[in-house]
Amino acid sequence: MSVPAAPDVPLLRLRGVTKSYGTGDALLQALRGVDLEVREGEFVAIMGPSGSGKSTAMNILGCLDVPTTGSYEFRGIAVEKLSRNQRALLRRHCLGFVFQGYNLLARTSALENVELPLLYRGETTAARHAQARAALEAVGLGDRVRHTPAELSGGQQQRVAIARAMVTQPDVLLADEPTGNLDTQRSGEIMQIIAALNRDRGITVLMVTHEPDMAAYAHRVIRFVDGRVDSDERRP
Amino acid sequence: MIWNALLLSLKEIRRNLLRSFLTILGVVIGVGAVITMVTLGNGATRAIADQIESLGSNMLILRPGQRFGAGRDSAAAAPLKLADARAVAEQITALDAVVPSVTHAAVVVRFAANWSTTVVGATPAYLRARKWPLTQGRLYSDAEDRAGKALCVVGETVRRELFGRENPIGGAIRIRGFSCEVIGLLAAKGQAAMGMDQDDVVLMPLHTVQRRLIGNQDVAAILLAVSPGASIDHAKAAVERLMRERRRIGEGENDDFNVLDTRQIADALSSTTRVMTMLLSAVAAVSLLVGGIGIMNIMLVSVTERTREIGIRLAIGALEHEVLLQFLIEAVVLSALGGLTGIALAAIGSAWAATAMHIPFLFDLQINLLAFAFSAAIGVLFGYFPARRAARLDPIEALRHE
Ligand SMILES: Nc1ncnc2c1ncn2[C@@H]1O[C@H](COP(=O)(O)OP(=O)(O)OP(=O)(O)O)[C@@H](O)[C@H]1O
Ligand SMILES: [Mg+2]
Repeated sequence: MSVPAAPDVPLLRLRGVTKSYGTGDALLQALRGVDLEVREGEFVAIMGPSGSGKSTAMNILGCLDVPTTGSYEFRGIAVEKLSRNQRALLRRHCLGFVFQGYNLLARTSALENVELPLLYRGETTAARHAQARAALEAVGLGDRVRHTPAELSGGQQQRVAIARAMVTQPDVLLADEPTGNLDTQRSGEIMQIIAALNRDRGITVLMVTHEPDMAAYAHRVIRFVDGRVDSDERRP
Repeated sequence: MIWNALLLSLKEIRRNLLRSFLTILGVVIGVGAVITMVTLGNGATRAIADQIESLGSNMLILRPGQRFGAGRDSAAAAPLKLADARAVAEQITALDAVVPSVTHAAVVVRFAANWSTTVVGATPAYLRARKWPLTQGRLYSDAEDRAGKALCVVGETVRRELFGRENPIGGAIRIRGFSCEVIGLLAAKGQAAMGMDQDDVVLMPLHTVQRRLIGNQDVAAILLAVSPGASIDHAKAAVERLMRERRRIGEGENDDFNVLDTRQIADALSSTTRVMTMLLSAVAAVSLLVGGIGIMNIMLVSVTERTREIGIRLAIGALEHEVLLQFLIEAVVLSALGGLTGIALAAIGSAWAATAMHIPFLFDLQINLLAFAFSAAIGVLFGYFPARRAARLDPIEALRHE
């Protein structure tokens, strides 16, 4: 499945998106009306204080969740109107995720972890092996393919997670605090890889981060405050 | 996709080998028990049929007392006499042989060797009626029977116990203080069902046993061989009419004797075995059900334990039915493995038990296939609920799960 890009339609567009959890007294508004457009090939950093709704917005952008009100269009397709399985197919074919907590399959080798999205795409065993190995080599883990997450350092695990997200050549890479629990040196390595994916392969990147150093790699910084977009700056 | 799910589930099973084994134990025991019960039941039924066959399928047995009445009534009933046998032989035409007989448990002695066995006293027609040949020597004649000569024919087991490697013919054995010449050796019948040894027997003239061992003229049973082609039911009715007349049983009074048809014995015995088999199989089936619930329990635990993994798969783009299939296949593979193990154990166990019980081992393909299919079905049945639960998880919630 490949969704054709109309030239004037933005890749991602949020319009008046709200998200609330709970009801009555316990009602909590995580997003209070977000308008946002992201074009093909952009590298966007999302910043903001804790609890401002960054992860909530990422989940919606990543088609893992739907807005309470408002609309989200992926290449002009209204995601909230899609079924659960259609959203899964969209994730499978167009999106790549790097989660904050790595989220690798335990007791499963790096290679098999990276092969997982290819498995659901129905690739042959040989193609899966070749592509997964290439992705692991691209993140500098060519010599660690047989290791399980428990046998890898935090930075290495995060690189496996990136390899898994990029192995399908997604249109969009969504990374929620990809360097959250890494030291500066490791964070730098991870950012190099992500920036290269954006620069060399034209993958659109959305990345949540708390650190200005990491945000500096992006071309655009969006700041969330209290469930709203507070500022949106582009850099040359 | 299914192939991948299959590989995946095997990997998952290997990863938790001990737990997987404990999970399937219920199914292993259930399947094993059901198959063992049915196999042994079939073997026992066959053994009984064989035994009846060896007795002769066209035999009637006339005994005093009511039917199967080794109990209270038989003691009160007047014993049969030789005259009864003679009357039956003279007045009923469709009979090939009429053999009055008695049996007596006794210890037989030869030099230092002694052996406790069953002594059968019967007219020489006994062996013909039972189609039982001799392998050595000869049978006593009617005249020798009437004269009460101390002669005997021994079964293979008695020969082995008393004579070892020696030739038994012409040898002497002592029974209750009188000496008896061995003139013949019966062909070995082999061990019959349930450990009953048909070769453990000494056959003697009827009169000899009556006079020297029992001390009266009573006849315990009269064996009647119905002529081939003649109706067994007619012959039986004729014998009953004659006996009611001879024993002066009035209209409406109960018989104080009974005529057993060997087919009847076979039917009664095999229906008893059938009922036993069914009861035991039902118990076994319950354990199979319990095994299924065990699988469901473990699968539910597994879903909870692997919530994060499910979240990752869903987030990466797995469809609901793909996750469902993965867990369902895992449950089915588990229970089918249990089924196969159960089948293997049942084959070994029932082959061993059949040997120990001296019944034939009859491998029943149908029940094996059925049990296997049933165990796989249990996987589907009890795996579906946990699998659906996994597939319906919300990916975000699942990823947050600690
Ligand atoms: N499933 C949920 N149920 C209830 N409340 C939720 C849920 N998910 C998020 N929230 C709430 O929504 C608000 C926004 O959460 P979110 O995770 O988007 O914040 P964030 O900007 O990512 O914060 P952080 O930087 O700490 O990750 C928070 O107050 C949070 O408690
Ligand atoms: Mg967050």
